[in-house]
Amino acid sequence: MRLVVNEPQAFRFEVNRAALVDPAIHELEQRRIFDRCWIYVGHESELAAPGDFKTRAVAGRPVIFCRNNENEARVFLNTCRHRGSLVCRSREGNAERYTCFYHGWTYDRDGALYAVPGQSAYPPGFDKTAFSLKAPPRVESYRGFVFLNFDPNAVSLDEYLGNAKEYIDLVIDQSPSGEMQVIQGTQEYDIRANWKLLVENSFDDYHLLSTHSTWLDYLKSSGVEMKRPEKGEMLPAHGAGKDLGNGHATTDNVNFRGRPVARWIPIYGEAAKPELEKIRAELVARLGEARAARVADTNRNLIVFPNLVLADGSSVTIRTFQPLAADRMRVTAWALGPKEESATARAVRLDSFLTFYGPGGFATPDDIAALESVQQGLATYREIPWSVMSRGMAKEGEQLNTDELHLRAFWIQWDKLISQ
Amino acid sequence: MGQAHIAVTRQEIEDFLYEEAALLDAWKLDEWLALLTADAYYRVPSNDRPESDPGGTLFTIADDIARIRSRVARLKDRNAHAEFPPSRTRRLITNVRITEHDPLRVEANFVVYRYRSNDDARQYVGRYRYLLRKEGARLRIAGREAILDAMELASLGAVSFIL
Repeated sequence: MRLVVNEPQAFRFEVNRAALVDPAIHELEQRRIFDRCWIYVGHESELAAPGDFKTRAVAGRPVIFCRNNENEARVFLNTCRHRGSLVCRSREGNAERYTCFYHGWTYDRDGALYAVPGQSAYPPGFDKTAFSLKAPPRVESYRGFVFLNFDPNAVSLDEYLGNAKEYIDLVIDQSPSGEMQVIQGTQEYDIRANWKLLVENSFDDYHLLSTHSTWLDYLKSSGVEMKRPEKGEMLPAHGAGKDLGNGHATTDNVNFRGRPVARWIPIYGEAAKPELEKIRAELVARLGEARAARVADTNRNLIVFPNLVLADGSSVTIRTFQPLAADRMRVTAWALGPKEESATARAVRLDSFLTFYGPGGFATPDDIAALESVQQGLATYREIPWSVMSRGMAKEGEQLNTDELHLRAFWIQWDKLISQ
Repeated sequence: MGQAHIAVTRQEIEDFLYEEAALLDAWKLDEWLALLTADAYYRVPSNDRPESDPGGTLFTIADDIARIRSRVARLKDRNAHAEFPPSRTRRLITNVRITEHDPLRVEANFVVYRYRSNDDARQYVGRYRYLLRKEGARLRIAGREAILDAMELASLGAVSFIL
């Protein structure tokens, strides 16, 4: 079955809606996408000290994301080598060792099997070193972002990220020390929709005016100035959609909203103004005018294929999502900020986050409603098999953020992997 | 007991909380706003950090009074798609306790049932933490925090109505 029709000469790009509905395709993409790609696990800053751990589901597997005694970030499959029970059942904490409560097998911080109760009953030749906690075949990180890969033959994370690195770097450049930190407080919620709809939604700026009119009204009524869109554009500021290769893609927009780095808007309050001016001055001193403007005056929503979003808009959010079924996903989202940020700047960052993002924000709940509405409508996929995604295709040169080049980039890679 | 000690009975508090719940369930949001002080806050902490400060921790909701008013304006707009048509909600409030008299702090347990067309029923379970004040003879809400018991929002999805 053809799932993506891509005919540039005919200006035709269509996605088969079965890709968003069919449980068989959901199963297939677990193997062909999630078992082959670099999948985001977590950020090193989530683990402060040796022994710190977080447990989470990544690519359908329970994993332990932790630090060993050498303070290195490690990832283990969270399953006892004896009978398979979860070895660690807490969400987070600090552990000297990991003990499976079922029969008491105990592992150290490097996953080595440390103790087996009643070991003498095992036959001669029983070798504890053969029963370490298993790590995924590949674990690599880029500037604090830790990924795993279940394909031992995968290209390196560095090569995989490719042009996406430039956009990760732009986010990290907010920090004077080059270190960003995941801020405590996790937003974890389900959407009753296919995960790929959230990929599209996370950087589809075409929906902004109709889905998020109440958010735009909120900004306007609070005193944010918005220009009339230029001819041929839909939004108050120019924005582009970019294909970064390997399925990664991004928007790259001139900012018109408030940004903790560093565009003050009245919502932040007068008291925060000098703080934001200080942040701006530091950026310029460290990076020069041009790079500072790139960091502060553009907003970008980056998709790292397949399921990581780094949105640098009203604030910075890391968002990843795990498919639970063809019509359901679990979203996990965090706020990210410079490690050395002042208390005032941190408060502005978190407050600005909540103006738009998250399950209680002024925009994300409407995105969730949109995706769930799409999923319900897709029950007609046998009668109406195709979704059109051709915005911008007939255009020479730059593609707008309200065009769909960046959405197509994701789908082309998805189609390539699902077909082989 | 300090000077600001407020002579109030639990029954008065219960009557007040029930009245608030009735307004919210009836989507009488302007009348609900009238129960708040001019410096009121409304918060829903992240499920994994229920005891935190929104200045340093990501919350689900951390509104000051201006944001609360904007939230109400948004919810009254038919373009607030997550709540249009509005959910039906029903709040059960129990175990009301005055935990401090000066300032007046009250805790209560809640279950909020939420129904929408084409959607599963959802049950938001947790406790409220109120900071109350008397303005003249009337009780007013200076702060309300809804702390959910669920380990993560998960199937509760968004908190798009006023919890």
